[in-house]
Amino acid sequence: MKKLINKPENVVREALEAIAIAHADLVKVSYDPNYIMRADGPIMGKVGVISGGGSGHEPMHGGFVGMGMLDAACPGAVFTSPTPDQMLEATKAVNGGAGVLHIVKNYTGDIMNFEMAAELARAEGIEVEAVVTDDDVAVKDSLYTAGRRGVGVTVLAEKLCGAAAEQKRSLKEVADMCRKAKNFGRSMGMALTSCTVPHAGKPTFDLPEDEMEIGIGIHGEPGRTRMALKSADEITEMLMEPILSDIPYKTGDEVLMFVNGLGGTPLIELYIIYRKAQEIAAKHGIKVVRSLVGPYMTSLEMAGTSITLLKMDDDMLKLWDAPVKTPALRWGA
Amino acid sequence: MPVYRDDVIAWIKSVAQMIAENSSYLTDLDSAIGDADHGANMERGFKAVINKLPEVSDKDIGTIFKTVGMTLLSTVGGAGGPLYGTWFLQAGMKTAGKMELTLTDWTEALEASLNGVVMRGKAELGDKTMVDALTPAVNALKQAIQENQPIHVALTLSANSAQKGMEATTPLIARKGRASYLGERSAGHQDPGATSTYLILKVAAETWQKSI
Repeated sequence: MKKLINKPENVVREALEAIAIAHADLVKVSYDPNYIMRADGPIMGKVGVISGGGSGHEPMHGGFVGMGMLDAACPGAVFTSPTPDQMLEATKAVNGGAGVLHIVKNYTGDIMNFEMAAELARAEGIEVEAVVTDDDVAVKDSLYTAGRRGVGVTVLAEKLCGAAAEQKRSLKEVADMCRKAKNFGRSMGMALTSCTVPHAGKPTFDLPEDEMEIGIGIHGEPGRTRMALKSADEITEMLMEPILSDIPYKTGDEVLMFVNGLGGTPLIELYIIYRKAQEIAAKHGIKVVRSLVGPYMTSLEMAGTSITLLKMDDDMLKLWDAPVKTPALRWGA
Repeated sequence: MPVYRDDVIAWIKSVAQMIAENSSYLTDLDSAIGDADHGANMERGFKAVINKLPEVSDKDIGTIFKTVGMTLLSTVGGAGGPLYGTWFLQAGMKTAGKMELTLTDWTEALEASLNGVVMRGKAELGDKTMVDALTPAVNALKQAIQENQPIHVALTLSANSAQKGMEATTPLIARKGRASYLGERSAGHQDPGATSTYLILKVAAETWQKSI
């Protein structure tokens, strides 16, 4: 294992200490329990928007804390869900009296820890709504699985909900926006290489040099198929086809296209994926009206990409374009 | 003879040791069908429990269990944290104020734990989870009470039933948790959660065997 770390057990703590200093104008960091919150929070009368999850996906979620996006983010150990005391303390810290929205990715651990935190926060008199994102079309959604994983749509939902909360919309309205994003968005990813969890010390899975995993999860969960490596255009087709055939996107739809890097893939390759993806969308009569390209939801040093399409309406477009000022996403402010 | 408070503390300490010794084993089981963190998470949690234990070792068993539960909840993370946290919180509510446990007390506590875990994880028997080890362990205790078995026999029967339940998870297809993403590929692997549950109950039978 070759990594720029000191000790595996100090990885999250040292990163948090750095974030607190590097982005002191935007965020403040609390320890024991760990959470990152807006430097100017809590904002009275504004719905608090919180997310969280295992570390190792940076900039998600801590990089999205700031004006126009998240009020707080709770980082767990690497690839391990944060604990209820983190979300409880973060919920209390950002509560401006208008309630708090929890944006939760659909993983068994995340669901249970956020549920317990929401119960505890409600017991303390704070209004909490939780919305679970589950946009990964690689996973069969059925009664017999934990359901689809929450991936790329989560980042987009955080931006839209953050902007909605900034306009002082009600908790129900902000939660409705999250549900809309969840219902209108779909994603699929693939990996060229595995990643190595620092405390595990060895790659999560073996992937031969000439093979790839289609439908990978952001923790290295296995996907749909493993096959011989193909060209970027062919890979893009393999990711776009299941997305487009999942929710009935139809001719004339306007979408936001998010081509995400999983950590080890350079931006230039992500643009090559984007080029083909928007061409495929155009062929289906789907208009890409907004784009996000870059490593925003990573899986440590995994090489690979994921594509997310989110069907947009006028309200969502306005919220997407609204000012945002966070360590990882910043425009109009 | 009942299980005294000091026996309960000895059990928790032995569990911590057993989890530490089996940390890699649990993580290896989890690598096959999960996300390779069960051993490390449980070890971190029980290490924190050991640090916390002196603060409550003069309190009643209910307080001790509740403290174990809260500590696991805030240190384990993943699915294991809420599930094992709930296990001990529920057991703590059932044993509030008690300084010793009869077989009936322990059975009721463990049944409350099982109900709490089922409610939190929404798993059913046969979903390839810790419920598959915990359910037969509780049933064995209930049956032992009906048959008027002495407590040391009941504990052994309970641990043996947990072991059978754990082993029976191997051919199952996971329907809950991260393993469920694998579908049929999850068959052929023993469930890590059922395994840690068995270890905890085995240690109870062994530790309390010596004292009662």
